[in-house]
Amino acid sequence: MAPAIHLRSAVVVVGRFPVLAGVDLDLDEGSVSAVLGANGAGKTSLLRLLAGLVPVEGGQATILGHDLGTERQALRHHVGLLGHDAGMYEELFPKENLVFALRAARLDPTRAEPALERVGIQGRLARTPMGQLSAGQQRRVGLALLLARRPQVWLLDEPHAALDSEARTLLGELVEEAAVGGAIVVATSHEPNLVLPMADRVITMAGGVVIDNQPGLRKPPGASHVA
Amino acid sequence: MWRDAWLVAGRDLRIEARSRVALWQVLPFAILVLFLFAFSFGPQRSQLANSAPGLFWLALLFSTVLFAQRSRALEGSPATRESTRLLGLDPAGVFLGKMMALSVELVLLEILLILGVIFLFHVVVVSWLILVSSCLLAALGLSAVSVLYGALSGESRMRATLLPVLMLPIAAPVLIAGVRSFQAALEHGAGLGGRWVGVLAVFSVVYSALGIGLYGALEEN
Repeated sequence: MAPAIHLRSAVVVVGRFPVLAGVDLDLDEGSVSAVLGANGAGKTSLLRLLAGLVPVEGGQATILGHDLGTERQALRHHVGLLGHDAGMYEELFPKENLVFALRAARLDPTRAEPALERVGIQGRLARTPMGQLSAGQQRRVGLALLLARRPQVWLLDEPHAALDSEARTLLGELVEEAAVGGAIVVATSHEPNLVLPMADRVITMAGGVVIDNQPGLRKPPGASHVA
Repeated sequence: MWRDAWLVAGRDLRIEARSRVALWQVLPFAILVLFLFAFSFGPQRSQLANSAPGLFWLALLFSTVLFAQRSRALEGSPATRESTRLLGLDPAGVFLGKMMALSVELVLLEILLILGVIFLFHVVVVSWLILVSSCLLAALGLSAVSVLYGALSGESRMRATLLPVLMLPIAAPVLIAGVRSFQAALEHGAGLGGRWVGVLAVFSVVYSALGIGLYGALEEN
């Protein structure tokens, strides 16, 4: 079976600078991959490529059967991205943000409330504008959106940042649930001790390319195919 | 497309209602401009009444630039815009939704400005039909231009200064047609005013069509 994510010599250029300079990567459904590397190694650019937010300038890139050269917009509907910024409207309440996103994605807006409760955003917090929540609480709302949308590809950019220990445990549970449900999870991190236990692949990047690709500590329920 | 348009319009109006930037900053700015114009012309009633159409439309245009900046800012941080792009909204629907929300705000501003010129400039409106139709069409046209050029100015760090330079020359036909139709509404009612209302209608249709066709490509790039 073909891998769900297939990159061969994938190149992404921002301005005139190749932020990804020929990435090779194959990931299967149900896998959890940790992407490590120094600042500027290309981790966030890899996530943005996998989200279909930047064009692939060279090589091959296919995700869930969508060619990133021609079908980026069709792919996006299947992708959830949690970046450094939770990507929410600051004036709206957490529930309003989630309901807007779910309606926009043509999903059931009643998924919002259970997802927020799951990440501990309820009561007064649920009626507080996003801009007045702490960074950790905003991250929790971002996680709730992933939980409510249930995308097939979860892209997490340093997901442990700003989270307290309780939320980090919850993050691990949500990632495991998503992977067991068949989602592909890719998480970048500067904290290997946090991300390695939840990953079945550990990918190391430097200079915009993958320089190492090793098995991680997680034992996936299904087989994982990695190039 | 229309479903997404209603969704985006509701989002923008909700954010604006909660932030009250339009209420406490843009509307007072427009009234302030009218007052300053009135002070600059002195107390002569005839001079004030004669210049009222031009001053009304200039105050509206200047305030529209602020609304255009605000409409773009409602899209949030770059991360918020990327997050929204992953939801699969129809770009034409997003354009129309933003245009609808901005049109509502501009119509409210126009009502305020009309009341302002009636009380400050002592004008007597003969044909409300001409005045109302020109104001509604101008609101649509100006909101289309605002959303389109807001997207064109994109992430530029100079957006605050770039947007007026891009927008105001494009909005010149609205100023000319708006002033002429306002004059017609004060003096003769229909007739010549209808022709200028037609110009405003063509302007609105052209820029709405351009926005529907180009907004997605502008956002992607």
